[in-house]
Amino acid sequence: MLIRKPADIPPSEITPRSTYVERRRFLGKLASVGGVGGVSGMSGMSGVGALAMAAMSWRPGDAVAEVGAGSLGALVKSAHSTNETPNSLHDISHYNNFYEFGVDKAAPAAQAHTLVTRPWTVRVEGLVKKPRQIAIEDILKLAPLEERIYRLRCVEGWSMVIPWVGFPLERLIRWAEPLSDAKFVEFVSLHDPKQMPGQLFPVLRWPYVEGLRLDEAMHPLALLAVGLYGDILPKQNGAPLRIVVPWKYGFKSGKSIVALRFVAQQPVTSWMRAAPSEYGFYSNVNPDVDHPRWSQARERRIGEFGKRKTLPFNGYGEQVAGLYAGMDLRKQF
Amino acid sequence: MWAGRVAKPSAAWLARIKVALFLACLLPTVLLALGVYQDRLGPNPIEVVTRGTGEWTLRLLLITLTVTPLCRSSGWKWLMRMRRMLGLFAFYYALLHLGSYLWLDQFFDWGAIGRDILKRPFITVGVAAFMLLVPLAATSNQAMVRRLGGRRWLRLHRSVYLIAILAVTHFWWLVKRDITEPVVYASILAVLLGMRLPLHRWGQARTQAAAKGRARVTGPAWPRNP
Ligand code: HEM
Repeated sequence: MLIRKPADIPPSEITPRSTYVERRRFLGKLASVGGVGGVSGMSGMSGVGALAMAAMSWRPGDAVAEVGAGSLGALVKSAHSTNETPNSLHDISHYNNFYEFGVDKAAPAAQAHTLVTRPWTVRVEGLVKKPRQIAIEDILKLAPLEERIYRLRCVEGWSMVIPWVGFPLERLIRWAEPLSDAKFVEFVSLHDPKQMPGQLFPVLRWPYVEGLRLDEAMHPLALLAVGLYGDILPKQNGAPLRIVVPWKYGFKSGKSIVALRFVAQQPVTSWMRAAPSEYGFYSNVNPDVDHPRWSQARERRIGEFGKRKTLPFNGYGEQVAGLYAGMDLRKQF
Repeated sequence: MWAGRVAKPSAAWLARIKVALFLACLLPTVLLALGVYQDRLGPNPIEVVTRGTGEWTLRLLLITLTVTPLCRSSGWKWLMRMRRMLGLFAFYYALLHLGSYLWLDQFFDWGAIGRDILKRPFITVGVAAFMLLVPLAATSNQAMVRRLGGRRWLRLHRSVYLIAILAVTHFWWLVKRDITEPVVYASILAVLLGMRLPLHRWGQARTQAAAKGRARVTGPAWPRNP
């Protein structure tokens, strides 16, 4: 197999040129307006932040070191992809909320090298025909890999366009053989402070737990992602496999998943436990329901200067709104 | 010899110190502008600008509040002559911070801004802190001290304590989950405010009485507070 080394990949190949150029233009504009003033990134941040800033200045070569470890080969192009321009690999892999590696968004890129992604197994448990495990290698054989370019909207008010690689989550759920009284599925992320130093701090209750109603999880848009930009997932993006639910805020998409637990009752997720009034179980992207501390009406697409209007269900309403027919989405936020 | 010079620098040295301090206070602006220009602030430079200016406003507020206790405990009266510049730089960063919110965050959508101020406690508190800073900046020069009279000027400028409390509250309330940083700033502020409690001052008064002769020669009494 051909293993591509970082040096083999020119940055122009990783960053779609259009994005790159557009971004330069916007930054140039910002700078020309006269240094809006303020502070260097370093001085504006704490120690961890400064460290991470140093990591950010690595620039493409290093980002690829983790990504270029293996190419995922030929991919099926998905009809569910958006035709919007994806963000650069560098942006996608250097601006992450992955508290297991620190709360600063630059921390995961700097810290996630400690994550060991092979061997990796996923347990299926709870209301299933038979609790069992499946190795990542076998998961990869469950279905052909697709490229799916999805919008991602973070609850903090920013968004990206990300070319994921994966297959419908439904395929793994079918393999798990849930019983008929299973109504919800919980996604349990890895809990190992040795690999995930952020877990030494009780910022959230570890392991990170997310969940979906079973019909949401079986929806064709719900993705089990194993890659990004045609290559295996960078560790900071939730390697070796993660959930992607594009019509919900980003935190609903659990990373580095080690178990799927099928249950009858709506589970309590990590963020619901941390702040029940701020994070609901559904957390569908909804411009009409503000987070108590900030508006959700608009978002900043990373790499863009202005803000754009946030769309209901992150623009996937046509496909998913039916899942919520008859529900009051203000109450069940 | 050295000690004497540090305690009481010559006019030339004082001027040099002022210039150095001025440049130091400007450094975060320069680094940020450079970072934007060189695209070194990461994927979301606007966030770095908003947060960076906010943090420097808070830091400079706290540094300004350190001057008086530091001056008292060291006896270096010249420190007092740096205080106005530090306070004005705090205001300067507050202006940039507010500007980045109005422009880069809200794009001058006054309706949304109004709703934000009413609905989001962290914004309400931030705006209150900023509004209270304006009169302090406006009355910071010597002429205004004279016009207002020392006592009234003093009373007005005591609001800086409230401003600092509002600023820390603003930070505390905006944080999503990890409150480490606001706690650190709150602790520093608590110490700075604690040093001003009357209880503490009694002890100070005694030591000051002992050193009175020395204090005399340092020239005009500067308003002791804040
Ligand atoms: C004396 C006045 C103020 C001080 C000391 C101050 C300080 C701060 C600090 C320390 C931060 C957090 C930086 C970080 O997360 O690292 C911040 C963020 C912020 N402040 Fe202020 N601020 C003040 C006034 C204001 C005003 C008047 C507004 C708006 C009207 C405002 C809006 C914001 C916003 C939008 C954020 C960013 C929140 C985020 O990124 O999540 N601040 N400020």
